Amino acid sequence: MTHVLEVRNLRISFPSGPGRVYPVDGVSFWLDRGETLALVGESGCGKSLTSLALLQLVPAPGRIEEGSVVRLADTDVLALRGEALRRIRGRRIGMIFQDPMTSLNPVFTVGDQIIEGILAHFRIPRAEARDRALGLLQEVGIPDPVERLKAYPHQLSGGMRQRVMIAIALAAEPEILVADEPTTALDVTVQAQILEVLDRLRTSRGMAVLLITHDLGIVAGRADRVAVMYAGQIIEEAPTEQLFANPSHPYTQGLFASVPRISGPLRRLTPIRGTVPAPSAWPTGCRFRPRCPKAFDKSEQEPPLLSVGVDHRMRCWLAESPGGRASG
Amino acid sequence: MSGWLLRRGLQAVVVLAIALTILFFLMRAAPGDPLARASESRPLSTAELAALRARYGLDQPAAAQFVAFLGGLLHGDLGVSIEYGRPVTGLLAERLPATLLLGGSVLLLNFTVGLWLGVRQALRRGRAEDRWLTAISLVGYATPSFWLGLVLAWLVGIKLRLLPAAGMQDPLLSFDASFTVRVVDVLRHLVLPVMTLSIVSIAATMRYQRTAMLEILSLPFMVTARAKGLPEREVIWRHGWRNALFPVITLFGLWLPILVTGSVFVEAVFAWPGLGSLAAAAVWGRDYPVLMGASMLVAALVVAGGFITDVAYALLDPRVRLA
Amino acid sequence: MLREAWTKPQGRAGALLLLVLLASAMIGPWFLPDPLAQPDILAGSLPPGLGHPFGTDQLNRDILARVVAGARVSLSVAVLAVGLSATIGTAVGLVSGYWGGVVDVGLMRLVEGALAVPRLFLLLLVLAVWERIPLPALILMIGATGWFATSRLVRGEVLRLREEAYVRASEALGARRRHVILRHLLPNTLGPLLVAATLGIGDVILLEAGLSFLGLGVQPPTPSWGSMVLDSKEVLVSAPWAGIFPGLAIVITVLSANLFGDALRDAVDPRSA
Repeated sequence: MTHVLEVRNLRISFPSGPGRVYPVDGVSFWLDRGETLALVGESGCGKSLTSLALLQLVPAPGRIEEGSVVRLADTDVLALRGEALRRIRGRRIGMIFQDPMTSLNPVFTVGDQIIEGILAHFRIPRAEARDRALGLLQEVGIPDPVERLKAYPHQLSGGMRQRVMIAIALAAEPEILVADEPTTALDVTVQAQILEVLDRLRTSRGMAVLLITHDLGIVAGRADRVAVMYAGQIIEEAPTEQLFANPSHPYTQGLFASVPRISGPLRRLTPIRGTVPAPSAWPTGCRFRPRCPKAFDKSEQEPPLLSVGVDHRMRCWLAESPGGRASG
Repeated sequence: MSGWLLRRGLQAVVVLAIALTILFFLMRAAPGDPLARASESRPLSTAELAALRARYGLDQPAAAQFVAFLGGLLHGDLGVSIEYGRPVTGLLAERLPATLLLGGSVLLLNFTVGLWLGVRQALRRGRAEDRWLTAISLVGYATPSFWLGLVLAWLVGIKLRLLPAAGMQDPLLSFDASFTVRVVDVLRHLVLPVMTLSIVSIAATMRYQRTAMLEILSLPFMVTARAKGLPEREVIWRHGWRNALFPVITLFGLWLPILVTGSVFVEAVFAWPGLGSLAAAAVWGRDYPVLMGASMLVAALVVAGGFITDVAYALLDPRVRLA
Repeated sequence: MLREAWTKPQGRAGALLLLVLLASAMIGPWFLPDPLAQPDILAGSLPPGLGHPFGTDQLNRDILARVVAGARVSLSVAVLAVGLSATIGTAVGLVSGYWGGVVDVGLMRLVEGALAVPRLFLLLLVLAVWERIPLPALILMIGATGWFATSRLVRGEVLRLREEAYVRASEALGARRRHVILRHLLPNTLGPLLVAATLGIGDVILLEAGLSFLGLGVQPPTPSWGSMVLDSKEVLVSAPWAGIFPGLAIVITVLSANLFGDALRDAVDPRSA
């Protein structure tokens, strides 16, 4: 079966001083219809850039390097230009951004912004587009949609604005939805609602969802698979249950250990020592080595993704040790 | 909204009142005798001087003069020109149209060419065109308008004899010349003064618009617009520029004083019969009523400009309008 | 901050130009003929040539010498006037921002009213009464009309800084007002203040030149670029160089001040690049 979206060896570079650095350095993953893949990592690991690359929205002076592949079924997205590229944006891949306050144009009504998303891809009369927009607002759970259509972004609450963003992203009926930190700028109570909406829409429309977040909490129960990113690379990928039951990479283990749990015995939180390196200072060999409690001599070589279970891989030499995982 | 309008309007009136008061006391406070020049053409006897003083109310104490001044204002009476012997209001009314023509043309050029160039620069940031335009605008901004006017007058008017370099109309134009001929004549005279003032002002407008546009271009909602699949043209002009308009409107409010100041020099150089040259002549002639009148008119224009700017802002920005 | 401004090519160019101008203004007069020398009315004006790189004006005075002498005048007027404006503006801004209340409202209303009248007109009114204004008085007048915007700027900074933790802490510890102002508020407003001052130098040079062109600024025989352009009006046809060079001097000087000011501004606030 061809995946609905396939990303292979994505590398994005930025100029830095005399040379270039690679905040996204060889990322590969795929998406199938109807499933949610969560891309997890701390700020600075490159996950947002990865999502922008899917629509060639990487901001200048960054650029996507040769050898990167982004395939939408049979189409090579990175080879598209001009009108062909425009037709992909919104129509086959829709995107939701992190902060709905700044991601919505303050001088146009919410309705206008949804309708123009529709009209950009469908040759229908404006009245019909307006009806569709009303339908979208209802679908994302906005009460009193007729009134809301005429509202300006600053008149809506944060949760409503994010729903509007979702409506905009869905306006052209894409088959893939990329959600870049959709709940980070929202209150905790609202976060759950938004995730509900996303879930509901995914099933009802049969979309594939790429969920980008730094919050492990929203991954559980929402994502089918998880890929953990660190320093521009994917360092562990697995179905969600597998990852939560059996975090194998020392970084992932560190992430889980630093999350407080409501149930279970009280224990000390163990943060991962050190800080995330900047792209200009990626460590040689295994990039997590300076912070890893389990680093050993082989860590000086950069590890590839190695299998540690069914559909479960990690970028760590410890995968080769007996037991197939970094124990403890 | 109407409540806000009222408050803003009241504020404008208060500011104007303060400005007028400052002007009045500024003149009174300056050392020197306003009538010193009056006796230049022929010596005046003490009686005549005293009569002159009384006529202009200069023998009253400051407070009384101020009251008289206010009273005159309310009646639309700005005093009588020392130089021309006519009411100041009449003089101002006579010269205003010419300045409006000049200023209006310059404003038009600024808001078309200036804005367009600024946007172009922002879109081609860092490239050769941007650099050139930046260099030109930096030089233009540093150029004194009176000198540029002289240079252009000399180059185009005298050396090349392409356009007239003085006045607003050809004094030799026959009486029964048709309307079109007259209009063309005025337009020909308009070119050099407008060019001079425009070069200097567009230099600044361009820079301002470039900065504003650059800021907008990097805002998140621009990325959203692209991600929606909107054509680039629409992204830039509908989403981007609409937001870049705001700093431009602010610019309009700030530009009025600069235009007025520039017109003093340009009109003086090109003998353009407007308010600016009137003010310049009043300076040479120590004609205080005229100077005061012109300054007050200018202050009123500036305050009105600021008010219009705020209203425009409110109309265009839903965040202000519906706050 | 100054170092940062130096790193940008424009900033360096501007600063270097300014230094060159300053240097030539100070040292130049030693090498050049006396600009105030008795004019030789009969000789008339000469075009630029070997003996006179910029030519001579209608009174046969060497233009290069006068331009250089004019540099001294214009630069000192600008620096002193801007210094005065900055001082008054800072003082008013500090008081207004920190004391607040009626004082603040009153001062700011005054500033608003004053800003409604273009600076040129304020000066025209004042200078028109003066027959031949002495140079120090001119500087005073220009400086006294330029502090309004600065005071608003400083006031804005003070209002912002007042909410900063370290200021609140200082107040909570019972520091005297004067101490808070001088020790905490003032140093932090210096950045934007310096930028505004540097850019203001260019404005003042243009203003003073304009005033001199109208006969109101620097009075003869002291040479000034503006009055040189005024004089050149008479001989525009026969000796255009008399007006071109002083004007060019103005352009170059203002340009370098602006370049340096812009670089400073980028150093203080990187977002405005």
